[in-house]
Amino acid sequence: MSIPNTQSDAPLDEAESASGNPVRRARARRRSKQRRRMANVAGLLLALVLTGATYSVFAPAQAAEDDNESAAEAAGRQLYEHSCITCHGSNLQGVEGRGPSLIGVGEAAVYFQVHTGRMPLTRQSSQGLDKPAVFSDEEIDQLMAYVQANGGGPTLPSGDLRDGDLAAGGELFRLNCASCHNFVGEGGALSSGKWAPSLRDANDRTIYAAMLSGPENMPVFGDNQLTPEQKRSIINYVQTVAEQADPGGAGVGRIGPVAEGLVIWVVGISALMFGIFWMGSKA
Amino acid sequence: MARTATAPGAPTSRLGKAAFEIDDRLIVAGPLRRTLNKVFPDHWSFLLGEIALYSFVVLLLSGTYLTFFFDASMKEVVYDGSYAPLRGVEMSAAYDSALQMSFDVRGGLFLRQVHHWAALLFVASIVVHLLRIFFTGAFRRPRETNWLIGVVMLVLSLLMGVTGYSLPDDLLSGTGLRIISAILLSIPVVGTWVHFAVFNGDYVGENIIGRFYIAHVLLFPAILLGLIAVHLLILVKQKHTQFAGPGRTEHNVVGNRLFPTFAAKATGLFFVVFGLIALLGGLVQINPIWLWGPYNPSQVSAASQPDWYIMFLDGSTRLFPAWDINLPGSYTIPALFWPTVVIAGAMFTLLALYPMIERKLTRDTASHHLLQRPRDVPVRTSLGVMGLTFYVWLMMSGGNDVIADKFQISLNAMTWIGRIGVIILPPIAYAITYRICLGLQMHDRQVLEHGIETGVIRRLPNGEFIEVHQPLGPVDAHGHGALAYGGAPVPKKMNQIGGARRAIRGFFSPIEPPARVELEQRAEGRGLSPQESDRELTTSGRPTEGGRPSEGGRPSEGGRPQEPRD
Ligand code: HEC
Ligand code: HEC
Ligand code: HEM
Repeated sequence: MSIPNTQSDAPLDEAESASGNPVRRARARRRSKQRRRMANVAGLLLALVLTGATYSVFAPAQAAEDDNESAAEAAGRQLYEHSCITCHGSNLQGVEGRGPSLIGVGEAAVYFQVHTGRMPLTRQSSQGLDKPAVFSDEEIDQLMAYVQANGGGPTLPSGDLRDGDLAAGGELFRLNCASCHNFVGEGGALSSGKWAPSLRDANDRTIYAAMLSGPENMPVFGDNQLTPEQKRSIINYVQTVAEQADPGGAGVGRIGPVAEGLVIWVVGISALMFGIFWMGSKA
Repeated sequence: MARTATAPGAPTSRLGKAAFEIDDRLIVAGPLRRTLNKVFPDHWSFLLGEIALYSFVVLLLSGTYLTFFFDASMKEVVYDGSYAPLRGVEMSAAYDSALQMSFDVRGGLFLRQVHHWAALLFVASIVVHLLRIFFTGAFRRPRETNWLIGVVMLVLSLLMGVTGYSLPDDLLSGTGLRIISAILLSIPVVGTWVHFAVFNGDYVGENIIGRFYIAHVLLFPAILLGLIAVHLLILVKQKHTQFAGPGRTEHNVVGNRLFPTFAAKATGLFFVVFGLIALLGGLVQINPIWLWGPYNPSQVSAASQPDWYIMFLDGSTRLFPAWDINLPGSYTIPALFWPTVVIAGAMFTLLALYPMIERKLTRDTASHHLLQRPRDVPVRTSLGVMGLTFYVWLMMSGGNDVIADKFQISLNAMTWIGRIGVIILPPIAYAITYRICLGLQMHDRQVLEHGIETGVIRRLPNGEFIEVHQPLGPVDAHGHGALAYGGAPVPKKMNQIGGARRAIRGFFSPIEPPARVELEQRAEGRGLSPQESDRELTTSGRPTEGGRPSEGGRPSEGGRPQEPRD
């Protein structure tokens, strides 16, 4: 099944970039930065007004439309209207210059963004930052249910997400992910101040959701590119290697020669210089 | 047989008799005594080359152990060892054997790590050793040959490093191999032939690991060993250089005899080097090839770097703009050619020829056995610092993505900082070093002329306040010191001339028993040129180095000479 994820600007996915959507979004973000600086207070007022207006105008109408909305979805709507609506719009349609449309991003994207604390966004920067999550797991479930019910999109599977072949996962990780996240997910720099974060703190569902939703510069790995089985293998590999001790001693960041070069100069050569000074001062 | 075992002075012990018999046949006592009596200067910087030597010994020993288990073949096998995350993966036999060595051979991982840390230390100590030679002018006539040999050994050790690093055939080293292949191909005209000669065909082929293996364990080590032997023989023949100081002339060497003092020190240092490498090998993980995975041309990881000693080439490549030169007839000189082949070639050629260049420029063709203090040769020192800045900056740019990632700087910004820095920093370094050298020279001369600042403020009858200066030697009618600068450190604190009533043994200052040095100094006729015979040579003045406590002593005590108490 192919899920059209219109909001992800996967650099590898030519067809999507060609649609012009990411370009528009990037431009919008730039514009919004300036606007923000000029009218912080106005923005806050606008947010209040928007929230109030949306509540009074749309909420009753929509409630009338979906009277079969579940309790979780309703709670999700509450949370959404409280925390997300200013940037993502009253109908998930997005707000020009603030946030993209969430129609069709699916619960996977919501889980990823909210569980890692990236959403609600607090500050416009080159890339959303990992923060402690603002919402409880239950609230996240409600938000997921709400967004899923209003536009659909990729869903997160349940069950054991590490249920895959370890070695195959390693091969797939090196093939698909290492170019940005380093050999074993230590992270790395991308161009223009962006970066692929370390996967050390990511839990199984986050990794799965990241692959499904392709946040920021990360490509979307839909079920066509990596089958659910393969995704589970990758997760198994990432988590197994992250938990495994370093048999050779201190791991020095597991990033190889840069750290090792630093060690040999800062520890090795300095210790020896100290040693020969000391020997020199003894007759 | 003129001598018999009953002659006076003949050995009586069993050991002595055996030694006598050996000497009788091989005549070794004389040369051995001469060797054991060889004098080594007593300065810490003379131990730097030894660190390189001992790391090389560690490399030989650990490398030999590795050869017992390493299989330099690119045959495809399926891993079936004890490291679970790779079980069932196809890989080359070389990678497989390196994994087996790491996980299933007793002591294998430890020795792999020892070997790799020793390699990093080996090159690092060569570089530090080279800097010492450079900045003190030890490469001047008659030691140009040894300088050249040194540079060749440096290049060889880089090649050893590159070939060794490529052997395990993991994803990291394979990426390096890919770059080596691209560099070879970028050479105009002969590139493809050179590539074919090295790889025996297209990249990656089936021979390269085997070829690198022979180069790494046989060819390069053999050449290196030969060169080390020549290097040391020349050193023994030409004798050590030494820093200027009391009793040191162009015609003697002041220091410790090889046996027993220097031998004890050298053995000590060997164990220090050995111990340090063993500690690193046991405690700090290096090149965890099981995390990198087997080499596969379709895979590449972020932050793939070579070992530190090659990182400057990675850096120059990252900074150099993508200027391909397209020639008519579909010929291209790839941009990669300039930052790798050309820059490395130019750097090592300049380094190798520096003694000749300096000789041409200064027209100084005399033989030198006394070292120069870097401050006394500001142009050379500044050139050196300039080159070092260039090198270190390139090296840091080789890790610019890691720096960008860890310090949250944009990678694009890092590239531009690197480009601008590599052009403007070296000249700035030159200018600053030059100023510092002149300043230090000036201060030396000033202390010689006016004496050491004592910190004692005196009020003259006319109300003027002056600080009392302690002259370092006899003064003329105007109170100016008559000592000439002799190229040796000038004491600048009262403590160094016994102002604290006892000799202060600095941690960083070498110790020589003063009495002996002083005796030698007299015996050498002070090593001054005839027209200077009425002046005294400055010494560091430290009592521990044979300097007298000055005539002055503490001014508050009437300027009487004083003896160091201990
Ligand atoms: C301050 C404005 C702001 C707020 C508040 C905010 N977002 Fe966002 N959101 C954004 C921006 C800007 C992006 C696009 C940036 C990116 O792709 O990382 C985004 C992206 C997302 C995405 C990813 C869309 C995709 O294409 O994958 C999801 C899901 C999301 N937000 C959910 C939420 C939820 C749920 C909340 C409320 C808890 C929320 N956001 C609050 C600004 C905001
Ligand atoms: C083109 C580069 C790129 C590739 C390839 C890529 N990622 Fe990412 N990845 C990113 C970026 C950029 C982010 C940060 C997104 C953000 O902050 O919104 C990210 C974030 C993540 C996160 C979230 C980490 C956290 O804790 O915040 C996970 C998990 C992740 N990626 C997993 C993967 C996996 C698994 C693969 C391979 C299937 C992969 N990535 C391939 C660029 C990439
Ligand atoms: C004659 C002496 C030497 C022998 C016999 C030797 C042998 C070997 C062997 C068999 C390997 C492959 C095993 C493996 O990679 O785990 C190896 C790797 C290596 N060698 Fe050597 N070597 C010698 C000297 C040197 C020197 C002088 C240097 C460096 C300047 C060096 C640097 C390396 C490096 C960096 C590796 C990669 C180690 C790793 O896997 O992490 N070797 N050597």
